[in-house]
Amino acid sequence: MPGADKETDLCERVELFLSELKRGGRGSGETARSTAALLRRITAQARWSSAGDLMEIIRKEGRRMTAAQPSETTVGNMVRRVLKIIREEYARSRGSSEEADQQESLHKLLTSGGSSEENFRQHFPPLKANVIEAINELLTELEGTTDNIAMQALEHIHSNEVIMTIGRSRTVEAFLKDAARKRKFHVICAECAPFCQGHEMATSLSKDGIETTVIPDAAIFAVMSRVNKVIIGTQTVLANGGLRAVNGTHTLALAAKHHSTPLIVCAPMFKLSPQFPNEEDTFHKFVSPQEVLPFTEGEILSKVNAHCPVFDYVPPELITLFISNIGGNAPSYIYRLMSELYHPEDHEL
Amino acid sequence: MADSERKEESKHSAEVNHAADGEGKCQDIARAKNEGRELTKEEKQRLRKEKKQQKKGKKDDKGPTQKVTEKEKAPSAASQTATQCPTQKAAPVSVSVPVAESTAPTDKQTKSKAELKAERRARQEAERASKQTKKEPGSQPTSSKSKAPPNELQPAVKRLPEHIQVDDPAMVRKLAKKLERQQIPLRSDYGYKVSLFSHLHQYSRKAPLTQQISIPATVIHPSIVRLGLQYSQGIVAGSNARSVALLHAFKQVIQDYSTPPNEELARDLVNKLKPYISFLNQCRPLSASMGNAIKYIKKEISNIPSQCKEEEAKKKLLSCIDNYVNEKLTLAAEAISKYAIDKIRDGDVILVYGCSSLVNHILCEAFEKQRKFRVIVVDSRPRLEGREALRRLVKRGIRCTYVLISAVSYILPEVSKVFLGAHALLANGYVMSRVGTSQIALVAKAYNVPVLVCCETYKFCERVQTDSFVSNELDDPDDLIVTRDGKTQLADWQSVKSLGLLNLVYDVTPPDFVDLVITELGMIPCTSVPVVLRVKNVDQ
Repeated sequence: MPGADKETDLCERVELFLSELKRGGRGSGETARSTAALLRRITAQARWSSAGDLMEIIRKEGRRMTAAQPSETTVGNMVRRVLKIIREEYARSRGSSEEADQQESLHKLLTSGGSSEENFRQHFPPLKANVIEAINELLTELEGTTDNIAMQALEHIHSNEVIMTIGRSRTVEAFLKDAARKRKFHVICAECAPFCQGHEMATSLSKDGIETTVIPDAAIFAVMSRVNKVIIGTQTVLANGGLRAVNGTHTLALAAKHHSTPLIVCAPMFKLSPQFPNEEDTFHKFVSPQEVLPFTEGEILSKVNAHCPVFDYVPPELITLFISNIGGNAPSYIYRLMSELYHPEDHEL
Repeated sequence: MADSERKEESKHSAEVNHAADGEGKCQDIARAKNEGRELTKEEKQRLRKEKKQQKKGKKDDKGPTQKVTEKEKAPSAASQTATQCPTQKAAPVSVSVPVAESTAPTDKQTKSKAELKAERRARQEAERASKQTKKEPGSQPTSSKSKAPPNELQPAVKRLPEHIQVDDPAMVRKLAKKLERQQIPLRSDYGYKVSLFSHLHQYSRKAPLTQQISIPATVIHPSIVRLGLQYSQGIVAGSNARSVALLHAFKQVIQDYSTPPNEELARDLVNKLKPYISFLNQCRPLSASMGNAIKYIKKEISNIPSQCKEEEAKKKLLSCIDNYVNEKLTLAAEAISKYAIDKIRDGDVILVYGCSSLVNHILCEAFEKQRKFRVIVVDSRPRLEGREALRRLVKRGIRCTYVLISAVSYILPEVSKVFLGAHALLANGYVMSRVGTSQIALVAKAYNVPVLVCCETYKFCERVQTDSFVSNELDDPDDLIVTRDGKTQLADWQSVKSLGLLNLVYDVTPPDFVDLVITELGMIPCTSVPVVLRVKNVDQ
């Protein structure tokens, strides 16, 4: 039957996506795009009659996907975006004015009981097409994020600056390369042991003619007094405006604060996640301690605990500016952006 | 000003006359050089004067200011190795100065050699005296003993150390000439230097200085050659280890030393040590602790009375060195451990960085005294010295955790105290230590964890410094290259023009990050370092 074929095909694709997630190794931009594409396919091929059904299906798949790789938050963020899209399209089809929905969030707090009366049971034929169109717009937005951020580079970098960065971020790379087309500046790149991704970043930047210097992590504070700006990327932007970034970023942020150097974070909007940092057991991710203390140190290996955390928490007080595809924002504004992107009921998938 | 101009003229005329007498001596020197034996002191002095004459002849038509600066340079260069002669003959010469001045313009043809020599020396003394009244006295460590007892407010404009003036071509030339005179090869810089550090040397470990020395080396004692090689390859590392190795090598040198005839042990031995120190400096820049040890030895050698027999003098020097090592290193470590163990309580989690011999000693002692604690060792690329500390602590049975410096924010909430070692303590309270120490102190301060620095007083230094740029050491940049997953990203960094690697060795920690400094004199705050220095100076 054609219906059953479609379903098995869909299941296969979802399984394929989950296994790729578990393997890891893809950048967050790519993950976001493939998640949105998969959700579009689910909308198109799954059997549902009303918005509520669709949201249930997507929520279920979303839970499976986030469980496959909890540290990859872009998956969950895309699922929440699509859920918000569905809610909006449903509300538009029903005819209720959008302004009523966009009441101030304070009002929403008081009348939070009211929204649960919506049960999304009504059937609207054009809903499917509208939702798919909206997801297509989302995909277009995702494809343009890096360019949007890079376009703002000249507003923030002047000539003869010394800029510091850590590890490897494709967003920051594009940002700096765009500025280097018109301005001359110097970049200092901390190598970020033990993975030493800073080396890759430095070779890539220097190929474009940018003066780059690689320093070991231990020298971050020593050279910070000569740095004019610190520009970093991040893995996730948390709901309070803090960051979950590669390890060593907190030290970098503290050193920048001590020298009153501005810390600029280049992060596209799909990295904004409604999580808070106080979930101790899910915040940190560890990899094999072999990176830190290799097996060649065999005699002491059994008597020593070695840790290799991957992420660091950076509190929002240390951050000066967020540059995203919708412009520059202060960390105190992040909560507002979040309420525009996600619906409060979707924060828990 | 008029005074010095008069002296200029008379000196110039005297030089011209002396040229005729000097011909025979030039031939002597050339012969000595060809034979390749070490030049004696007189020959070296004569060489220098010849060169000065030639320079004067060339610059005759230039303005008077050139002459003045040249002459100021010349006495400063000459005085380095000839301090002893003028200071000894200062008394009789000062009397004959006015006499020499008056006779100079009148009878130029009928002067004897000795008179000319005395005249010239008198003039040098007068110039030096006038220079001292014009500017502040440039104190050199060897001549400081001949001055009045130092009062605290004596201005100390020292000559800048050479190793932080690499970007000045005049200084580089001067160094090259000095090394040539001492017959020590010059080590060349390696690789592209980051522009912020163009004033420092950067050497490659693959090109040690010893490759340029011919075998057998007659100028440098073999134990010093060995020591230099150990320094440059990193086999002997850590300020205590380097100082002890240096003192042992000097003991060997003193044992093998024999005074040449017509020389005094006190003066000649100091002169013998100078090329060795230059050689070691070329192999690896001297540390503050080594500098203090060398000052001490030179002082002890110069204080040997001239009547003392050679065997006795040597025995005295050897016992002095032994006392120094015992008092300043071994006993100091014992005293510091006693104070530090008071600060360690049961249940403590102590964080240490890299491999400091003193901190390791303290932890082992505390463990012997049955204190219950565990240690977190923080390490950093590219030296990875923490692994050595880890091995030593684990061997004793102490429970350890090991992380890299990028994970320090993750591990700090568990830590109750931070113990750090120091390379030197500067007079403005800054702590100079292995690169990364200031970072650890910064993050510890952010988490309100107390930071204790353990340092012996012989590492206290009179320099001041506020950032890690002006005076530092650049290690081999190739150390940063690493191969992961079969790929070496920075393999040919030299070919990419805009890529540079920076491998710093030291950094300075501001005193507000440090809560306490533990020395053998007690537990002091960081800002009391100049007080300790003053007390030490008064003692000496």
